[in-house]
Amino acid sequence: MKLHEYQSKQIFARYGIPIPRGRVTETAAGARQIAEELGGRVVVKAQVLVGGRGKAGGVRLAKDPQEAEQIAAQILGMEIKGLPVRKVLVDEAASIEQEIYLGITNDRAARKPVIMASAAGGVEIEEVARQTPEKIVKVHVDPLLGLREYQARDIAVFLDLPREHWKSFIAITTGLWRAYLENDATLAEINPLVITRDNRLLALDGKMLIDDNALFRHPDLAEMRDVDEDAPAEVEARKYGLSYIKLDGSIGCMVNGAGLAMATMDIIKFFGGEPANFLDVGGGASAEKVAAALRIILTDPNVKAVLFNIFGGITRGDVVARGILTALEEVKPRVPMVIRLVGTNAEEGRRLLAQANMITAETLAEAAQKAVAAAKSQA
Amino acid sequence: MSILVDKNTRLLVQGITGNEGLFHTTQMVAYGTQVVAGVTPGKGGEWVLDGKIPVFDSVKMAVESTGANASVIFVPARFAPDAIFEAADAGIPLIVCITEGIPVQDMMRVRNYLDQKKVRLIGPNCPGLLTPGEAKVGIIPGNIAIPGNVGIVSRSGTLTYEVLYALKLRGIGASTCVGIGGDPINGTSFIDVLEMFERDPQTEKVVLIGEIGGTDEEKAAEFIAARMTKPVVGFIAGQTAPPGKRMGHAGAIIEGGAGTAADKIRALEAAGVRVARHPEEIAELVAAL
Repeated sequence: MKLHEYQSKQIFARYGIPIPRGRVTETAAGARQIAEELGGRVVVKAQVLVGGRGKAGGVRLAKDPQEAEQIAAQILGMEIKGLPVRKVLVDEAASIEQEIYLGITNDRAARKPVIMASAAGGVEIEEVARQTPEKIVKVHVDPLLGLREYQARDIAVFLDLPREHWKSFIAITTGLWRAYLENDATLAEINPLVITRDNRLLALDGKMLIDDNALFRHPDLAEMRDVDEDAPAEVEARKYGLSYIKLDGSIGCMVNGAGLAMATMDIIKFFGGEPANFLDVGGGASAEKVAAALRIILTDPNVKAVLFNIFGGITRGDVVARGILTALEEVKPRVPMVIRLVGTNAEEGRRLLAQANMITAETLAEAAQKAVAAAKSQA
Repeated sequence: MSILVDKNTRLLVQGITGNEGLFHTTQMVAYGTQVVAGVTPGKGGEWVLDGKIPVFDSVKMAVESTGANASVIFVPARFAPDAIFEAADAGIPLIVCITEGIPVQDMMRVRNYLDQKKVRLIGPNCPGLLTPGEAKVGIIPGNIAIPGNVGIVSRSGTLTYEVLYALKLRGIGASTCVGIGGDPINGTSFIDVLEMFERDPQTEKVVLIGEIGGTDEEKAAEFIAARMTKPVVGFIAGQTAPPGKRMGHAGAIIEGGAGTAADKIRALEAAGVRVARHPEEIAELVAAL
């Protein structure tokens, strides 16, 4: 789950990380009022969950409250990478001496958290990593031991940070570590962390990603999820415990198991079609789940055919077949449907489905070819 | 011969009285697996499966009473890390964790702790192990595979079943099937299993089923090129997956341009692996070896 900049910075502040004064608002008038309270120059920043806000014109400086209102009105009318801007953060402007990157993420290969830092802050760290990897320091943290102070000091030395800032930098790094740890983040990032002209360290921008699997122990964070920013179908799918991702093709897919769902998308492409979605209906697919899944697939107007690929292992074919029948009853789809049902109780399932008007297939290759042909006949 | 589990494995089930635990214990016993004990804290002294399997309050007590030497875990995600630590501390050398949805920071702590001990963890978020004709530890349906000489290692669940079944239809059997799980941090990597298959006299060919995300398949390719003498057939799921989207499995995500199917396929092919273009082709390629 992604958090907005303003949410991430609020969390950072709780861990003693200095952030600029500022607030979030949904209106231009609100931006004006915040600017008046802050006094002086402000930065108006679009709050959308995509990168590249600056380049898109979603982050702009305003010299007074009146300009803040104008700029906020423009930004609130924008779309950035297809997402409408619904909120802006109004922060006091900082005068910047130097920009630093500081982030903590999970290093899969090392199986440890890694702190990354660079004196080349303010730009995307992936870009720095590609062009000048020697400018990034990576420090792995033993997850059983936690961050040790010397590690934060080592980073300060690498960054050539003046000694007067070490104490403050170590406090910020320790705070960021605790924010990462205690919120089950998969990423906690300050970019940039700046040294201001009046010689303070300040986290100007913040980003946090939270592990969805850990939300059960963070109800406060779960409430921060901005469902406005997710595709409605993905939100609906989440309610039923389905894993659904919309794609751009014309063949809807319903599959049990994530790996098999991906492989089913791939084989559609292999036979000349394009998958309309990824959908893992999960194990023990109940009639209710199957119906919800079919409904969600069919909300996509691009869908010209649906392919069901169910490998009954522990999931029983007859149960899935009954689920499909209930779903058909309820949803009454108008596009052709191809089903491949194998494994446990598949014969019984196929017998149940014989009465439904579905195209059947024995192998996955056959099913994919039939689905591709069916979609083309509808186009 | 086989790897990891066989008919002599003395299995303990953690979470045996739960719905999942009890259902799959019944299946494992029906397959012929020696399930010697169960653990559910607070239910010690009870028996399950018509008085055939004793339930203990702790793994330590179960091991002392029954000599269990492997454990399979069916407890919910929020309790699973503790269950793994408990099994490891009780001296169980092989732990198979079926549980899906364990937070990744928990798994980092688990993995770094286990690395200091002589414990093998399979999973989490995996279907477990199947040595056809001998034992199944986990949830792989027993009837979709027959004994044979093909070793199978996979990050996926149902996709693996698909492959086992396609092999069976061609009369090809498996030595052992190992589901290493779909999470970003797990206990056992492709390389660990490839090494075991390379050493196992019964295994003559190997199937590797990977998916997008991470670099485990690339590392496996390096190992295959340098160390494997047995032929390997591969498959990578997620060729059509868009970057930045988690495809069901927590580990199946293309991040910062890394972990794409194209990269993995290229690495495997460069290592001499025959890579199938779709799942059913895996069985064709194995048959042609």
